[in-house]
Amino acid sequence: MSTHPPVLEARSVSKRFGRVLALEAASLAAREGEVTCLLGDNGAGKSTLIKILSGVHSPSSGEVVVRGTPVDFDSPRDAVARGIATVYQDLAMIPMLSVWRNFFLGTEPSRGRGLLTRIDVRRCREEALAALGEMGIELRDPEQPVHTLSGGERQAVAIARALHHGAGALILDEPTAALGVRQSQLVLEHVRRAAERGVAVVLVTHNPHHAYPVGERFLVLRRGQVVTDRPKSDVDVDTLTHLMSGGG
Amino acid sequence: MRRLFARPETAAAVGTVLVWLFFAVTAGEPFRGLDGAATYLNAAAPLGILSVGVALLMIGGEFDLSVGSIVGAAGMSIMLLTTHFGWSLWPAIVATLALCVAIGFLNGYAVVRTGLPSFIVTLATLFMVRGLTIAAARGLTRRTQLGGLEEVGGYESARWLFGSEPIGDLRVSILWWLGLAALATWVLVRTPFGNWIFGAGGHADAARNVGVPVAKVKIGLFMTTAFCAGIVAVLQAVRFTGADALRGQLQEFYAIIAVVIGGTLLTGGYGSVVGAVLGALVFGMVRQGIVMAGVDADWFQVFLGAMLLVAVLVNTYVLHRARRAA
Repeated sequence: MSTHPPVLEARSVSKRFGRVLALEAASLAAREGEVTCLLGDNGAGKSTLIKILSGVHSPSSGEVVVRGTPVDFDSPRDAVARGIATVYQDLAMIPMLSVWRNFFLGTEPSRGRGLLTRIDVRRCREEALAALGEMGIELRDPEQPVHTLSGGERQAVAIARALHHGAGALILDEPTAALGVRQSQLVLEHVRRAAERGVAVVLVTHNPHHAYPVGERFLVLRRGQVVTDRPKSDVDVDTLTHLMSGGG
Repeated sequence: MRRLFARPETAAAVGTVLVWLFFAVTAGEPFRGLDGAATYLNAAAPLGILSVGVALLMIGGEFDLSVGSIVGAAGMSIMLLTTHFGWSLWPAIVATLALCVAIGFLNGYAVVRTGLPSFIVTLATLFMVRGLTIAAARGLTRRTQLGGLEEVGGYESARWLFGSEPIGDLRVSILWWLGLAALATWVLVRTPFGNWIFGAGGHADAARNVGVPVAKVKIGLFMTTAFCAGIVAVLQAVRFTGADALRGQLQEFYAIIAVVIGGTLLTGGYGSVVGAVLGALVFGMVRQGIVMAGVDADWFQVFLGAMLLVAVLVNTYVLHRARRAA
């Protein structure tokens, strides 16, 4: 067990939307080099929790902690600046935009000063191609619009983008939900590779069969509460499935 | 080749050539020569300037129906500040442009805060701004048309910058148009802000999630659009030495038409300023070409509507092909 504090933690966070309690005292710790799987059925509170971790919502109570320091994100941009990257299932990319523009959206490397500050386009193109090459994706043309890629490739580009921007923690929201078997396997390999590079990965999914082979730690959310938080050695796929569907 | 085909302004460029050829034949010599070019470029410039702002805004995923009324308000603001309140022209121009940017800010802020479609929000501001302009003009001067700007201090220097004809019959407004278009193109394709415009318009949530300040980008775009409307008002007030509270009517629709002819998608996230320049150019050529061809000017609107329809169909078709080819 590592002695470092977890890269990203939720400590007893709750979230209320009007009179609805979407999340109740949920805790999660994502550690360097590990894949932490967050499982739950639709409406269990998974998206609320990751939106809190990624700075979209602020918690009604409880705190978010980055490397031991409590933080209060104003915006997703704030979270990104602290090394928390989030890849959403259907919102990962801007379809009409080219691969390199997507790759650097929000973090454009620039040259020049003041009013002459401009994107370093050549560097963007080269770095995007190189970073994708490292993930095993060979693109000929970084000007290619993202909608011309397959679903798996899009997720892979999004993961490569997060890693390239030095994310210490990577939150993946249902990365395999809309994909076929082969594409899912490809994405899960990328998830594994991201953890091997030392990133703290939070994998959110409702599919225990996808989570189990790649995960180190498994949390199950049900009706806004964490009902289980166990290492791989303490659970198997059947137990996870059972816990998700309401068994105790 | 596929890349060229996939560019937003390709169809507009072809359309521009076709429209030019059409009038070069039907209207003949008066259209083909330099004088003809000056006529349609002068006609295209004010709309072209508006279209630069509107193009950026539409790529950013929003509409602004209030630009025409802002042109009217800004022209009246210059006239009231100078001829009624006795300011000299330059401070009046600066204050008026600030007023425009403030209206743009309110438009953007209202859209971002309420989450309502900008179509509706700016439809409301269209009427409010127009109504306030007429009310202010009539309340202060009992008139809605004011003249006499040539007697105001600072007019000579302002005329050089906004009302002159530096080359032959070509008005200085053409330089403003091309200058602003070049600047906007550079911002759009070469700066981080430009990338955020594409992001905000293409998929606002996705852009927000990677840290693009979508609300600020959109508010900034409404301010830019209103600023362009202010520049048009300054150019017209100085050139005509006066203003009319009703000036700018229908310009909001003409600007959208020019931008759409230029290949920008109504859904946002895709388009170009170069396309909008071509769209405004086509607009100017049709408006003047019809007259030169001896056709009754009433037919202009019929032509315009038909072109809009054709442009939308072509855009959709090109887009589908680009998607399928890939």
